[in-house]
Amino acid sequence: MNRVVITGLGAVSPIGQTAASYWNALAGGRSGFGPPTIFPTDRLVTKVVAEVRDFVPGDHFDVRQIGFLDRVSQFGVVAAREAIAQSGLSFKEGLGERTAAIIGSGIGGQTTQDDNFRRFYGEGATRVHPLIIPRTMPSAPASQISMFFGIKGPTYAISTACASATHSIGQAFHLVRTGTVTCALAGGCEAQLTQGTMKAWEAMRILAPDTCRPFSADRKGMVLGEGAAILVLEALPHAAARGADILGEIVGFGMSADAGDLTAPDPEGMVRAMNAALADAALAPDAIDYVNAHGTGTTANDATETTALHKTFGDHARRLAVSSTKSMVGHALGAAGALEAVAVIMAIRAGVIPPTMNYLGPDPACDLDYVPNEARRRPIGAALSNSFAFGGLNAVIAMRRFTA
Amino acid sequence: MVPVADGVVEIIAGKARSKTGPIKLSDKLESLGLESLDVLELAFAIEERFNIEIPFNANNPFEFTTVGELVKAVEGLIAQKTAPA
Repeated sequence: MNRVVITGLGAVSPIGQTAASYWNALAGGRSGFGPPTIFPTDRLVTKVVAEVRDFVPGDHFDVRQIGFLDRVSQFGVVAAREAIAQSGLSFKEGLGERTAAIIGSGIGGQTTQDDNFRRFYGEGATRVHPLIIPRTMPSAPASQISMFFGIKGPTYAISTACASATHSIGQAFHLVRTGTVTCALAGGCEAQLTQGTMKAWEAMRILAPDTCRPFSADRKGMVLGEGAAILVLEALPHAAARGADILGEIVGFGMSADAGDLTAPDPEGMVRAMNAALADAALAPDAIDYVNAHGTGTTANDATETTALHKTFGDHARRLAVSSTKSMVGHALGAAGALEAVAVIMAIRAGVIPPTMNYLGPDPACDLDYVPNEARRRPIGAALSNSFAFGGLNAVIAMRRFTA
Repeated sequence: MVPVADGVVEIIAGKARSKTGPIKLSDKLESLGLESLDVLELAFAIEERFNIEIPFNANNPFEFTTVGELVKAVEGLIAQKTAPA
């Protein structure tokens, strides 16, 4: 069994289009919420999103390439390119065949589908663009990342709604740990912000009208986001042999399903996923310093997750730092877990816990330390990143500061 | 029918990978570096520009070999569309 280290990070987020700018914004407590610029809101009640503003495809791709890439794949390829550059890896000379790309997306190429179906159904267009299918498929980002960078090993998408990226990172972690591959690109991407999808989310009545304030009194729901994050995972012997800069270590992965309600969260499922991650990592609960919570900002999630943290950690729950970075980047669904894993690795490196922003005060159902409104210096030895998806699909990864 | 030729050539020029100079009617399509998906986009762009339907299926690829033959086919489809029923 190999130890699995992280040697590259890439991110495209509403508060920074590189991993470094994303982290600086998180540590500075900057929320990326505002009215959308990429679709009209005239038929919507909710007029706030966490959009990756001023993303210019032409800065990253030539005109020909853009024709093949939905926004979701553009985000994924840009994040992968950054992560690979940081790792210093090249996938020529055989390493590509020993490298996996496991890339989550909850939705796939939504803007391509929306634009074309609107034209076809709504505007009576007689023909539609010939590349809608290969742009829209949820595995398109995985395929595009494979093609751009020469990844020839196991390559596929995982779609488990809001847990897609965490399942992807966990799956990649297992592939590297068991020696199935030497390296893996893992993460997620999402670009589902359209007027139609906003309407669908509105119909569920869980979108906040103003901002996202996880675990706070008077929280009003989630803010939809978008973006991508990709991590380079590498077997420790390979990384050490080439003198790579090791950013952190993934030590455990836990999964569970609620087998209960379609949308209501279940603390027992969350507990089982967190316990599975701790057991996989051989970490005692009190070894965890920080939990990057799923923390969507809905009444139900945040109270249920708090209950689950109490059950998992017992008395140690009160000593945990718990924060939700969705208070700054919104909920990027299939990209969320990857953006959060990047946040955790950066937090471990910096010894700084990113805050839960927009926090107004305690809710009796949420009684832990949520690092409200301001980042905090605190050394982190080990941390969890939680993702709990609609449909009762739970995934948790455990990460640790790297020590040889 | 010069406008049709100009339009088709302009669209091809936007897709061609391996041609640097101006595109001539005698150029072979395969010499322009058009890959399979490029042909799909080419057909789509021509259909949009001239509001015609090009009856082709990727299983039975374009039967035209030169730019000029493609222009002639497009002219034929435009004529069919505008002919009195």
